[in-house]
Amino acid sequence: MTSLLVRIAEHRDRDAYQDLFVHFAPRIKGFLMRKGADSELAEELMQDTMLSVWTKASMYHPGRGSASTWIFTIARNLRIDRLRRESVRHFDDVDDLEISEDDTASDVTVVAQDDAVIASQERQLVARAMQDLPSEQAQVIRMSFVDDLSQSDIAERLSLPLGTVKSRMRLAYIKLRQALESEL
Amino acid sequence: MSIHHHPDDATLTAYAAGTLSEALSVTVATHVAICPRCRARVRTAEAVGGTLLREAEPVAIGADALARAMARIESSAGAPIDVIERPAVADKRLPAPLARRLGTSLDDIRWRWIAPGVRSHDIAVSPDSGSLFLLRIAPGKTMPEHGHGGAELTMILDGSYSDVTGRYGPGDVADLDEEIEHAPKVDSDIDCICLIATEAPTRFKGVIGRLLQPYFGI
Repeated sequence: MTSLLVRIAEHRDRDAYQDLFVHFAPRIKGFLMRKGADSELAEELMQDTMLSVWTKASMYHPGRGSASTWIFTIARNLRIDRLRRESVRHFDDVDDLEISEDDTASDVTVVAQDDAVIASQERQLVARAMQDLPSEQAQVIRMSFVDDLSQSDIAERLSLPLGTVKSRMRLAYIKLRQALESEL
Repeated sequence: MSIHHHPDDATLTAYAAGTLSEALSVTVATHVAICPRCRARVRTAEAVGGTLLREAEPVAIGADALARAMARIESSAGAPIDVIERPAVADKRLPAPLARRLGTSLDDIRWRWIAPGVRSHDIAVSPDSGSLFLLRIAPGKTMPEHGHGGAELTMILDGSYSDVTGRYGPGDVADLDEEIEHAPKVDSDIDCICLIATEAPTRFKGVIGRLLQPYFGI
């Protein structure tokens, strides 16, 4: 999937875009519906997400992470912007923050061939690390990323102190990071 | 700028998941904008989102969804990528996400008097998204001891303060959980200006605290 995105970024490859759409569109929609969007809204946000994938593709590079991670961030941002419509403020994405700090953009170097390989390894490592998480840690991660619950909401649902929810998330994050650092 | 205090990994993970309230999220973004360490951590946490998106249950999409998408990309050809607006003000104490929100430099802010040596300035967020405000405290001033009803983040923009958990200067974030009670004392010779985001009202303790609380209106 990452190589499809690279083809879109570099060659505006419509066949690659079509393949990417067929793979991701039903998943993006499912992901958004799981977070509470109805079918119509999820379809619309999915379309907007996929349009952004096309228009922003030149800003993607595999060093940024796998295609699915990048698409996740686009869908997340669009969804939050929609929820915040009353304040018309954009979600501050890490990409935008990086650009705002580094005006010269001097670190936008040629993408190394290896980056696509690293992105794919990273994808596997994260998936494996998540499978290896103790169930109580995996649970809070899922409730956060999939069910869109805040830490306080999770604490309430599970009848746990907020501190316990935070420490489970912290431990999960540390394991994930260790998995990535030890093998990359 | 050397940063010694960062948001908790759990907070950065929630930011990556997109589940922080707007007030907390803006505060994390303000720190992350000037902290490469935390940017890297947010990226790592985002990989979790990517994995879960890949594993998401596919659902039926509209019959014309692909045709619609292909038509949209054709009509978007040549359209400018929406680049995030740059802050209109240049105040080096204000990282971009906060500068965009304020739209003015710290020198031109209209402060509201709270108590002797303590002033505040509210920043608008969407309804039910927590509260976000600047606090400006004079040198030598100690805030009444208080605990926190829920998540609270403080980022120092100028000056510094100390409390039981350490010393905080520009760029530092105090990510306090509900168990901690503290009484920060400004130890810089200039006013200490911080950005504070709360999920729930701050519960100041003690007589002065009870006097202060109505003024905060948070």
